[in-house]
Amino acid sequence: MADVELTPDEVRHVAALARLGLADEEVERLGRELTSILGHVNTIAQLPIADVPPTKHANPHGDALRPDAARPGAPREEALANAPDPTPEGFRVPPIGA
Amino acid sequence: MAIDVIGLTAERAAALLRGRECTSEELAQAYLDRIAAVDGELHSYLHVDPERTLAAAREQDASGGDGLAGVPIAYKDLLSTRGVPTTAGSRILEGFVPIESADVVRWGDEAGLVSLGKTNLDEFAMGSSTEHSAYGPTRNPWDVARVPGGSSGGSAAVVASGCAPWALGTDTGGSIRQPAAFCGLVGLMPTYGSVSRFGVVAFACSLEQVGPMTLTVRDAALLQQVIARDSDRDATCTGPREPIALPEAGRLDGITFGVPRAELEAGVEEGVRARFDESLAIAESLGARLVDVELPYARHGLAAYYVIAPAEASANLSRFDGVRYGLRVDAPDVRAMYEATRDAGFGAEVKRRIMIGTYALSAGYHDAYYVQAQRVRTLIRRDFDAAFGQVDAILLPTAPTTAFPIGARLDDPLAMYANDIFTLPVNLAGIPALSVPNGLSEGLPTGLQIIGPAHSENLLLRLGAAFEAEHAFDPVPPAMRSAS
Repeated sequence: MADVELTPDEVRHVAALARLGLADEEVERLGRELTSILGHVNTIAQLPIADVPPTKHANPHGDALRPDAARPGAPREEALANAPDPTPEGFRVPPIGA
Repeated sequence: MAIDVIGLTAERAAALLRGRECTSEELAQAYLDRIAAVDGELHSYLHVDPERTLAAAREQDASGGDGLAGVPIAYKDLLSTRGVPTTAGSRILEGFVPIESADVVRWGDEAGLVSLGKTNLDEFAMGSSTEHSAYGPTRNPWDVARVPGGSSGGSAAVVASGCAPWALGTDTGGSIRQPAAFCGLVGLMPTYGSVSRFGVVAFACSLEQVGPMTLTVRDAALLQQVIARDSDRDATCTGPREPIALPEAGRLDGITFGVPRAELEAGVEEGVRARFDESLAIAESLGARLVDVELPYARHGLAAYYVIAPAEASANLSRFDGVRYGLRVDAPDVRAMYEATRDAGFGAEVKRRIMIGTYALSAGYHDAYYVQAQRVRTLIRRDFDAAFGQVDAILLPTAPTTAFPIGARLDDPLAMYANDIFTLPVNLAGIPALSVPNGLSEGLPTGLQIIGPAHSENLLLRLGAAFEAEHAFDPVPPAMRSAS
């Protein structure tokens, strides 16, 4: 893969995917920094290793599963205690798609 | 009695308590006094609550516990503590009070350990200097103009400065071992899956482990005994694992160390290299054999790590959305609220990593970046497996430099990342490593990293104890002896 250079539009696209609102000067700075970091990351892109299986995690033992039994969750008032805008029964959010 | 906590090990603190030479309350008060005297300058704690600490200590005094009961400890502020603020070093979690404790904190509680407070860190553990904390940098007790390393820099600084006898940190790419090296301490990164991550604010789940940061190798073993347990709240935390033994220093006859000579050519500072070479000579004088090993893919670890860790981080940090906890910046619709909240709540390094990770996982790039990095991860694991077919353990400097000046690398992310070249391949492989003090270079500590195969903690601790005895390193920084 050739060297990448992120344009401001690409930076804004990735930021939108990540739900990050960025100021214009951040877009400019991140474009430069990501271009430099991805330039380094690209050193592995050329390695001829397509036949090597990917490693997703390093645990040799596999997952430890517990019995699928119900147990109490957090009490509602505790679960809501850290919310920025709770109602007695849930989390209030601004309108969706307003 | 007046207790001198400077340089006091947890093992010795427990002996004082069991011998009734002091109470847990007196011990906690001595540490709180020390914190009041020196932590204004070091800024290694983010949260200290003297009343809560003293109440917990009195409870231990009243219960007449055994073992480590009543010994104080500090926790990295990435570890959730029920009823006690937990920020992960981020503005987005300012004021957050967890409703559950991390498993490792619960087990500390069960052992009777008394929390002195929560220590500073790079925001969400993303960094190598603790300068990326939203609450300001921590200073190195060996030289307050320098960083303590990171991301567990607060945990390192509290132990080195006598503000806690020991601490827990977390290590995703070197975040226990590098600050331990920079502050003259012992740091153990356990085998992946041997310690529960439940309640650790998640950064990169396939890489991170909780581990001890201590003044001595024996203290590291004692704390590892407390935290290395199965948990039914972390599906990756599973046996088999050996019970941790208390190591004794001794000869190393019959031990073969691998030395990756080619890796050492990659820009190791002269003084660090000199101290490392001295430790190789020490190993031979104790009867160990040294052989060269090749880790041809380790040099690609940095590139692979800076795809995998940000990719996992970008997914993990999606939970910070201004709905259930933490900061919210109001906006007319939910999407604008997410974007404004995350822009205001995350610092520059966290945004960089979220952006790298999101880019690497996005359509069209997933295979070229993420899957390719996972293939490199396989090859790094195979390198280590092949080496451990020949040798018992591998020796490397923990970091290529000593502690650098505050601000020196802040504007160059790649230079900051490069400080972890010797530590992050170990996280990619999921194997354990121990950093032990390795003497000074120009008045600053250096670290010796001993890397072993999965579940070789007992071997690493025994090897570490042998080097520790030969170096006879004084872990108290000169400036800290007279500071209180």
